[in-house]
This record gives sequence, structure tokens and C-alpha cells, in this order.
Amino acid sequence: MTPIRRKLSALGGVVLPNTVLGDADTFPKLLARNAALRGTRPAFRHKDLGIWHSWSWAETYDIVRAYALGLSQLGLKRGDIIAVIGANRPKLYWTFLAAQALGAVPVPVYADAVAEEVGFVLAHAAAGFAAVQDQEQVDKVLAVQDRLPALRAMIYDEPRGLRAYDGARLRQIDAIIDLGRRALREDPAARARIDAEIAAGDAADICVVLYTSGTTGQPKGVRICSGRAIHAVTDSVAFDRLTDTEEVLAYLPLAWVGDYYLCFAQALVAGFCVSCPESAETVQENLREIGPSFYFAPPRVFEGLLTTTTVRMQDCGAVKRWLFHYFIAVARRHGERLLNGQPVPLPARLLYAIGRLLIYAPLSNTLGFSRIRVAYTAGEAIGPDLFSFFRSLGINLKQFYGQTEAFLYLTAQPDGKISAESVGIVLPHVELRIAADGEVQFKSPGQFAGYLKDESKTAATLTADGYVKTGDAGFFDHSGQLRIIDRARDVGRLNNGALFAPKFIENKLKFYPHIREAVVFGNARDFVACFLNIDLTSVGDWAERNGITYPSYQELAGNERIAELLRGHVEEVNRALASEPALAAAQIRRFLVLHKQLDADDGELTRTQKVRRGPIAERYAKLIDALYDGSTETETVTEVTLEDGRKGTICARLKIRDLQLFATATERAA
Amino acid sequence: MSGSDHPGEALLAVEGISLNFGGVQALTDVSFDIKRGEIRAIIGPNGAGKTSMLNVINGFYRPQAGHILFRGERLTRMRPGLAARRGIARTFQNVALFHGMTVLDNLMAGRALKMHCGFFWQMLRHGPALTEEIKHRHAVELVIDFLEIEAIRKVPAGRLPYGLQKRVELGRALAMEPELLLLDEPMSGMNLEEKEDMCRFILDVNSQFGTTIALIEHDMGVVMDLSNRVVVLNYGQKIGDDTPEVVKQSQDVIDAYLGVGH
Repeated sequence: MTPIRRKLSALGGVVLPNTVLGDADTFPKLLARNAALRGTRPAFRHKDLGIWHSWSWAETYDIVRAYALGLSQLGLKRGDIIAVIGANRPKLYWTFLAAQALGAVPVPVYADAVAEEVGFVLAHAAAGFAAVQDQEQVDKVLAVQDRLPALRAMIYDEPRGLRAYDGARLRQIDAIIDLGRRALREDPAARARIDAEIAAGDAADICVVLYTSGTTGQPKGVRICSGRAIHAVTDSVAFDRLTDTEEVLAYLPLAWVGDYYLCFAQALVAGFCVSCPESAETVQENLREIGPSFYFAPPRVFEGLLTTTTVRMQDCGAVKRWLFHYFIAVARRHGERLLNGQPVPLPARLLYAIGRLLIYAPLSNTLGFSRIRVAYTAGEAIGPDLFSFFRSLGINLKQFYGQTEAFLYLTAQPDGKISAESVGIVLPHVELRIAADGEVQFKSPGQFAGYLKDESKTAATLTADGYVKTGDAGFFDHSGQLRIIDRARDVGRLNNGALFAPKFIENKLKFYPHIREAVVFGNARDFVACFLNIDLTSVGDWAERNGITYPSYQELAGNERIAELLRGHVEEVNRALASEPALAAAQIRRFLVLHKQLDADDGELTRTQKVRRGPIAERYAKLIDALYDGSTETETVTEVTLEDGRKGTICARLKIRDLQLFATATERAA
Repeated sequence: MSGSDHPGEALLAVEGISLNFGGVQALTDVSFDIKRGEIRAIIGPNGAGKTSMLNVINGFYRPQAGHILFRGERLTRMRPGLAARRGIARTFQNVALFHGMTVLDNLMAGRALKMHCGFFWQMLRHGPALTEEIKHRHAVELVIDFLEIEAIRKVPAGRLPYGLQKRVELGRALAMEPELLLLDEPMSGMNLEEKEDMCRFILDVNSQFGTTIALIEHDMGVVMDLSNRVVVLNYGQKIGDDTPEVVKQSQDVIDAYLGVGH
């Protein structure tokens, strides 16, 4: 038995097979392996002051060892918690590695979280240290430091604006690395000490605590142990045949399992290079410069790309516009079949080749997708039209299903077997089953080691026989792929007993580019009603084309003609619902257009931009009442949080509109 | 915000400046000083002579009487080129960028005075010219980083929204690494968020680079927050010169802004 297997079987759960990693059962050991195997290949890149800087695996290993030594001089030791707050930057990724080298546990926190949320995570995890990006994050932590008795020191990456701060508890990361470098140079024992620390790490070490975004209540800290994490990642790397020549742009939130998995863990296991963008606003441009071969984006990013592409094509000259629409139609007919390796007649192949030359290749290049070998989307349902648009251009876009508690992947679509509705086959070494009530449950190699300081919630998440409950309702379709329909507990019933799957309806609504967000109500009600949020880009564009002027979001959202435009979309959804007998009763009877965009700062969305039903129902109780009491108009005063944390209020008068309902096939026959 | 006193010596002083255009008396015997390291605001109602004052300081206008003391040196007349070489940079009330050029090129233009390679080398873009360009590009990139405009580096300035153009214009002035920065209504036409960003940048310029700043601004809230001392002009005459708190209470200033009942 290899060390990994022995340690993991001691933990209970799935017994792991031999891996190709030798005895690298922690991420710092993988770093050492990469430095030895491919020392001169790039490990990290970062664009700074307009120039891409890169660090090889060997350089990274040197820096991380010096950094770890510096941190240990600061007092960081085995078992300590170090919070990491900021954007995707090499120094923050190195903080993960340096902390893990000492056996300390990194806890990444969402960079756009408000001070309150940062305070919750740091207090709950009892973080003794915090590594942050810049002044903004330092200010947030200082704002809540009264509640953080455990916090001993803070380190930061960018010194700008921080000179006037108290220097005793606040040091620059560069200074910590220098501290370690000096020790390595002057003290022969230091080198041995740090190597011993790395060697002392093992598969049972907690390699990260990831706080779930908290669709329900307060976030929970998901503990991931390194041996299991590395095993899960090895499986997915093999599944997609990732090698050390892949290119990845790290732009996802550092605190999200997806970033830790796709950009950090996969890079260390497969040995490929991670590039960090210059800033959040330059991601699109940096994507084009790097040309990633592996890419992940949630459906809304693809939605945004399609919307901007369509809007910009409408501003083109007539010839270009015609070419675009003609060849996109060609791609829609044949592109996906070509990508899946299915037979396509020769003339169509030729036409597609011309289209590639004129439209698809330049478009992919503009989007930064020229070199993509594997692209994934997950997290939300993706519209079939949207999904096939990107696939028809020749981009190998696939879906997977997973969650933080599984350390990401549970199922994924193999190349060539793709559909928009399903999320793929069960990955090797994952056991997945559907419970009697339709809930998806699993055991997996990456399975979490419990929630941090929350035994009761951990117990509530596990079944008696050790499976993890996902909380999602789903089923296997005819091709053996998993389909997810909704959160298991969100699936409700109308008063007349008809099935009500809110997310299913909301997703159907959100596939219209004009609708950014939809919140549907109906559980234990007489009928279904909904809130809509307009999409400012595409509705704004429509307004411009139709001669509607508007001073702000609120006026645009309140416009009569916009409401009529949306009414058309909702009625189309009703028509589609009517065609499925089980869902026909869940047609939307009344709707209103919200006067403000749902926002994570107001607690209406999670940081990953998912709708939080509870807080919305509470905030807009009066509006919901108005939907159901038959009134045609209502007034509301809403408190909003501005970007700097201050509060303001918005007043609005909202109209409620009734919708046409459609008869089902059987009703029509009768 | 940056409420600390600056007891430092005067970087620039105007003494007895009078300026007229034909029969119009734009400035009458105006004197004040700007101390090293402070943020000095010039306020006043429309037509009070604020912009004329800035134009006198950087040599666009030639006053009929009075003189300027810059770093203790007495100048009866400043010229724009001379002002720029001595380290005075400015932005304009109506943005004056090169609209067809990218943001990067606009900022590089701010470095023009510091480039010394001859036409020949620059034409070849080789040897010393290349070394020099790299050096200046680095300086410009620091400004881009400072103002957080990485995403629009290669966008033509004319295509940018107004608030960003103002920021780019500040960037071009900063690229000169000025000792004294003159800002003519840096927040005009901006929304609240853009104003707050701009305030942040102005304070950061002052605290990080130690740049002395003189700014004209209408938004009293901004003036109160930013400046150490305020000069108030009305009909070309100085009617107040003190800290923001004192100026705000002054009856003359209130009258000038709100009008007096006759």
C-alpha cells in the first residue's frame, strides 16, 4: 500500500487506487516535483505595468520556500489559519503554497465581499493571519478587527496607499519573502528546516477551507484534505487529457472552489502554467493575449459574450452583418455535428471551411478562444441556443456538475457526447445515486472532510451510509447522463397540487437576453407570479433602436414598451410550459419588472450571482403581496447599499401585469 | 480629509495680479500663495476669474500688472512652455486630449518634454531612442497603474466616456511628474461615484508623490473634503483666503454664492 492509500483508508471512505504521482500527497510536494521535472517551464504569469512577467517552476519553488520561511518567522505554524483576500495574483497563489508548506491552512475569501462578510469568515475560521491584495482589503479587515481577537498579523501585495498605516502588524509580502531569502542564505539550518516542514505534510493535511457562497444562511467552511484533493484532480486531468502545455487564465474568484481546482490544483498536478490578468477589467483583453487552451466560465459569461457580439454586429456595415448572419446560420446547421465527429456532406464541409476563414476563426480570436481544447461551463443551466452557438463555432464547450463538498467534479461530459440539458457521465471513482425523493447523493475521491467547526451541519449533510447529500434534484436520462432540474427543497407545489420547479421556469425566462434575472413565486400559492430584472446592455440597446430615452436603470425598467417586450417573452415561456403536461399548471399569471438590479451587496444574490430567495421574499414582501392581491400598481421603498458601503433608498411605483395563459394539448382536444 | 497643516514655504505665489481683456476686468490685484505639498482650492461663482487665474499661472495669459514667484524666483511673465519645463502641469475644464490617439499615446505625449533623443534616432526607433522610449513607457505605465486605466490603454481617447477622459487628462498631467498640478474643475460633469474616485486619486497624488495641487472646483463638499486652504474669487477680486471651515462661514462668500438682497 502506498502512503497515500494507507492514510486515506484510515480516513474512511473510498479506497484510492495507485496514482502516477509517486508520494506527492500535498501541493508543496507537487511543486517540488514540478520544479525537478520541468524546472524551466513557466508556472505562473502575471501582467504588470503592461508587461507579462513569468516565473518558472524552479523559481516558484525557490520563492515559495523563502516565503514559507518568512511566514514561519512571522509566527505561522502547522494548523494555523491564514485568510487570503484578493484578486488572482501569483503572490496570493504562492501564499497558498507557502502556508501549505508549513502545514498551515489557507482560507480564501471573496475579494468583493463587504467588510461584514469578510469579518464573518475570519472570525469563524479564527484566522491568525491574513494575506491580502491591497489597501481596499486591508481597510475591510481593519474595519472589523474588533471582532477578530485571533488575528495576529496581516501581509499585503500592493503597497499603494498603505504607507501611513501601522507597520508593526502590517508587512509587505515581498518583505516576508526577502526575510526568508536572507535566512536561507545566512542560516544553513533554515534550508533543512523548510524541507523538513514540506516533507512533514501528508495526505490527511487540510489543504484549504472553502466557504460556500451561502445560498442558504451563513456560509459554511468546507474542509478539503490534500491527498483526496490531489486524487480527485488527477482523475479529472486524465479525463480531459490535460498536459503541462495547457494555458489557463485565472480570473475566477479566488475563494470559489472552481478557481482553486481548475487554476491552482490542476496546474500543480498537470504542471501547466497559470496566467493572472492585469486587472478584473482587462480579463477579456488578457484572454486574447494568452489564448488559453483550457477555459471555464459560468453560463452568464457566455451569455454576456453572445450579447456583446450580437449588439456589436448590429452596428456593423451591411455586408459584414450579412456575412455574419449567413455563416452563423451555416454553423448552426453543421458546426456541432462536425465538432462531434458525425457525418456531414462535403458541400456543407466546404461552406463551413469558408465560414471558419471569414467569421468563426476571427470571432474566436477576438473572444480569446482560438486555442481552446477544453472549455467548461457549470453552476447554472445554460440555454440550448447559447450552448450550441459556441459549440457551432468549433469551441469544445462542455458541462460538468459538481459542488464544493465534492471538491468540484462529480460528472462531466466526455468529448463528442454533449447536450445542453444534461451535465455528463459520472466520473471514475465517483459513486453517485438518486435518492427516493429525487435528490442526488454521492461519494467521491475529493469528498470534503466536514465543515469547519460545524459537526451538526456535517452530520446533516451525510446520509447514514456515508453519502453526501447535494440538495439538488435530478435524474439520469436515456443516454446515461445526469440531468439536474432544481434544488431539491425548492421543488414545491401549487395549492392545487401541481408541480412547481421555480429554477426551471426562471432559467427558461433567463434564456431571453433581455431578462437578466427572474424570481418566480408559486409554492403554496394559487398561481405562479414573477419578478423580472431587465438586462441593461441588451434592453438599453433595444431602447436606443426604438427611440426610447431613459435617464437611468429605474426609468428604463419602468418603461411601458419595455414591459410589453418582456410580456412577449413571458408568454412564450408560458406556451412552452403548456406543452409539457406536468408543468402546464405552473404558467406565469402575473409579473412585474423590478426597479433595481438584484445585487449581491444588498444580499439579494450570492457572491456567485445566484438568487437568494429568502432575503428577496423578505425585502420585497409588499411587492409579492401585490402580485397576489389583484392590485395593478404598487409603491415601494427599497434600501440599497452603495459601493462604498453607505445606505440609500430608492422609491418606485411599479405596475403589475396580467398574462395570457395557454391551454395544454389535452385541454384543447376537450 | 488631509487636514494636516502645511507650514512649508510657498512653492508659488502670485502678487498683485491684474488682468483685463479690453474693458473687461478679469482679475484685480489678486495675491495669494500655494505652499509646498498642500491642496489649494480656488472657488468662486461663474465668471469670477478662476480659470483666468490658472491661465495666468501657467502662462496662457499675460497679466497687465503683478508678478509670479515660483520657487522664490520672480517672473513678470510665465510662458506655457516655461511653466511645463519648471514642473507645472495642468488639466482643462473642457477636456483637451488628442482624440484620435490612444490613451497610451496621450500619456506618452505628457512625457514629450523629458525626451531628449534627436529626430534621427527617434525615426530609427533604435539604440538610445529605444532605451529612452522604454524608460518613458515604464513611467507612463506607473501612471496607468496608479489611475487604474489598464483596460483602456489602447482605446482612442475620443471614444471614452467623459469621466474617463477626465481621468486620462489627469494621467497626462501626472506623466510629466509635475511639482505643481493645476486642475481646472476635475469633477465637472461626473456622477457621484466618478467624483469619489477622482477625489481618491487627487488625495493619493498628493500623499504619495507629494505633488502640490491647485484646483478649481464648484462642488463645495469636494472642496471641503480635499483642500487645506481655499481662495475665494468674485468679480476678479479676492474676497476670502483661509481654511475651508472658515471660508464656509464667511458672510462675503455666502453672499457671493447666494446673492445679496437689495
